[in-house]
Amino acid sequence: MLNNRPVRVLLIDLERKEIAVEQREDLNGWLGGVGIATCLLKEHLLPEEDAFHPGQPVVLAIGPMATIYPLVTKAVAMFKSPLTGELGESYAGLRLAMSMRFAGYDAIVIKGRAAAPVYLTVTPRQVQFNDARGLWGLSTEESGHILRQLSPGSGHRSTLRIGPAGEKQVAFAGVVVDTYRHFGRLGLGAVLGSKNLKALVIHGDLNIPITNSAKYSRVYEKIYRQAVETDIMEKYHGLGTTGNVEPLNALGALPVRNLQASSYPEAINLSGETFARETLIRKLSCSGCPIGCIHIGLHRRQFAQGHQHEYESVAVAYDHELVYALGTMLGLTDHRHVYALIEKVEQLGLDAISAGVALAWATEAQEQALIDRQEMQVELSFGRMTPYLTALEKIVSQPTAFYQALARGTWFAAKQYGGSQFACTLGKNEVAGYHTGYANIIGQAFGARHSHLDNAGYAIDQELQNRMHTTAPEEIVERIVSEEEMRNALNCLIICLFARKIYQLPVVAEALSALGLCWTEEELLKLGQKIYREKMALKKAMGFRPEEITIPERFLEASAMRQRLSPDVLESLRKRMVEKLAAF
Amino acid sequence: MPNKILQAKGMNRCIACYSCMLACARVVYKSFSPRYSAIQIRTRGGLQSKLAADICRGCLDAPCATVCPSEAILPRAGGGVKFNRKKCVGCAACAQKCVVQVIYFDEHDCRPVICIQCGICVGFCPHEVLSMEVRQDA
Repeated sequence: MLNNRPVRVLLIDLERKEIAVEQREDLNGWLGGVGIATCLLKEHLLPEEDAFHPGQPVVLAIGPMATIYPLVTKAVAMFKSPLTGELGESYAGLRLAMSMRFAGYDAIVIKGRAAAPVYLTVTPRQVQFNDARGLWGLSTEESGHILRQLSPGSGHRSTLRIGPAGEKQVAFAGVVVDTYRHFGRLGLGAVLGSKNLKALVIHGDLNIPITNSAKYSRVYEKIYRQAVETDIMEKYHGLGTTGNVEPLNALGALPVRNLQASSYPEAINLSGETFARETLIRKLSCSGCPIGCIHIGLHRRQFAQGHQHEYESVAVAYDHELVYALGTMLGLTDHRHVYALIEKVEQLGLDAISAGVALAWATEAQEQALIDRQEMQVELSFGRMTPYLTALEKIVSQPTAFYQALARGTWFAAKQYGGSQFACTLGKNEVAGYHTGYANIIGQAFGARHSHLDNAGYAIDQELQNRMHTTAPEEIVERIVSEEEMRNALNCLIICLFARKIYQLPVVAEALSALGLCWTEEELLKLGQKIYREKMALKKAMGFRPEEITIPERFLEASAMRQRLSPDVLESLRKRMVEKLAAF
Repeated sequence: MPNKILQAKGMNRCIACYSCMLACARVVYKSFSPRYSAIQIRTRGGLQSKLAADICRGCLDAPCATVCPSEAILPRAGGGVKFNRKKCVGCAACAQKCVVQVIYFDEHDCRPVICIQCGICVGFCPHEVLSMEVRQDA
């Protein structure tokens, strides 16, 4: 790890209220981030036990370049996912990586279940187990306010907390990190809830001296200037990820109304331009990133019906995935309605993508009379926001068997109630906001965490657009897998994936070398391959069977980039991928 | 032309990237840690709140220099101070005397983290927040 120290791991046992610190020389060969997190997960995991078994570990990790190079800003969480029953892996930014770095920990492993709700405070000098009974049940915003009052490190600390969704163990509950970022996807919030762990506050102020100042400063400055003085990062700073809404719509790749369509005449109302023009009030960055891709909009609304001039306002972060899941997938056409749902999802502590896809499926299932009115308790309808607000609350409070099922995820609810053919899930995870074609579908279905970010299949689709039918399945599968391997290498450092064009492997090797860490490009790639295999082996140990992956018909019904997808092509890719994974 | 001092007049534009803090720590204090920076960007109530900059305000007759017993801190023409680390005895009087409480005293190293008005941080601000300007009353 940094300055050639052994990897430093903080072990926390919530049940016994005990901690231990390990110096792990043996993990140095795994570089950091997802490399060391995979090893630690493997070491502590109970693969065959339920995701909520008290003995299951939650691993947080950073890489050797965290915060000290531009755009290297993220931390990884690994765990057993209650949504898929297999590998949980999620990334979050803002201040977490910085806080861990300067608290002196490369990784934190949390195990056990506290007897009553607790929150943890981690600093370089101590780890405290604090009573969280007064925080239990509170929204992520309210608990954030209280934690700020109670904890050290004002102005620079990182505060992770779950909302009521995590407490109630909704399988797709996330963790809010520093108000505007999240460990979303795959249910880390529910795992923390099962451990009675409401929050984790980390603050670091250690001095870590620079050993080779001249070389490090030269490499830092080169990367910094490339990030701020070239066009490479401009799209992320300018409109941000919602800048994708209109281009995806123009391509015919924007999922609409539970993917009944892939283009949207009303997309202009939910475009990055509209959000910026009507609502954008500021931008924020993760610590150590000069780009500022976090777009914050002002959501103002009237309250106290009958009184004309009563308003309340909240500052809400918006992104493409939120606009897709809580906007176009639900047939909404007004950005204020999307904001209302984003705010609700944030307060409850749900993953936005999964929540939106679950509501979209429920809407169609109700239209097809698969769920009766008594079970649903509301009338969902594409384009109508208010019932969705109510349904989000019910996913958390789970007043009927239907909501209990939906709280376990869209895939599970569809198995129980029917409608699997239009449940927009791949590998039991709700899909992201791109319907570009085959590589996107196969990439998410077979990626280690069933995420579009595993291997960016959507980018392969766009690149191969007209050549897809003439490209051999072997080649497409090879491209998906090699991209995922490459991303595993970058995720050892946890470079923001937006910056992958800046951090080509030669740059990564140079940056590491300025820190006294000698890695060749080839070694980095080999490490990425090794981690990919380890993760796949871990998935299999938890019950993942590639051959059992099915692809809902809805993905073939909706045109992708204006082309009808062929079941035969998709099947040949699926088969090839299953063969490939069988070899591991 | 008098010396310029650091100003943070554009704090409403600050994106909390901490590039300024990292620059000061890296170049002046040879540390990876943004705590070892003489400029500190902070929230004042979570990330929904506005950001504030704790910076040396470039006093013309700097109390931190007046109180320094070993001439390690000397007044600088145009405002602010010069700091000679070798002459510092580690008494921490400067940090106690700073009117705006922005001198961090490193207990481990027994030295202050103090702004020398070098302007390195300004060169790493991507959002037009920081500048070096002449004090109008200098």
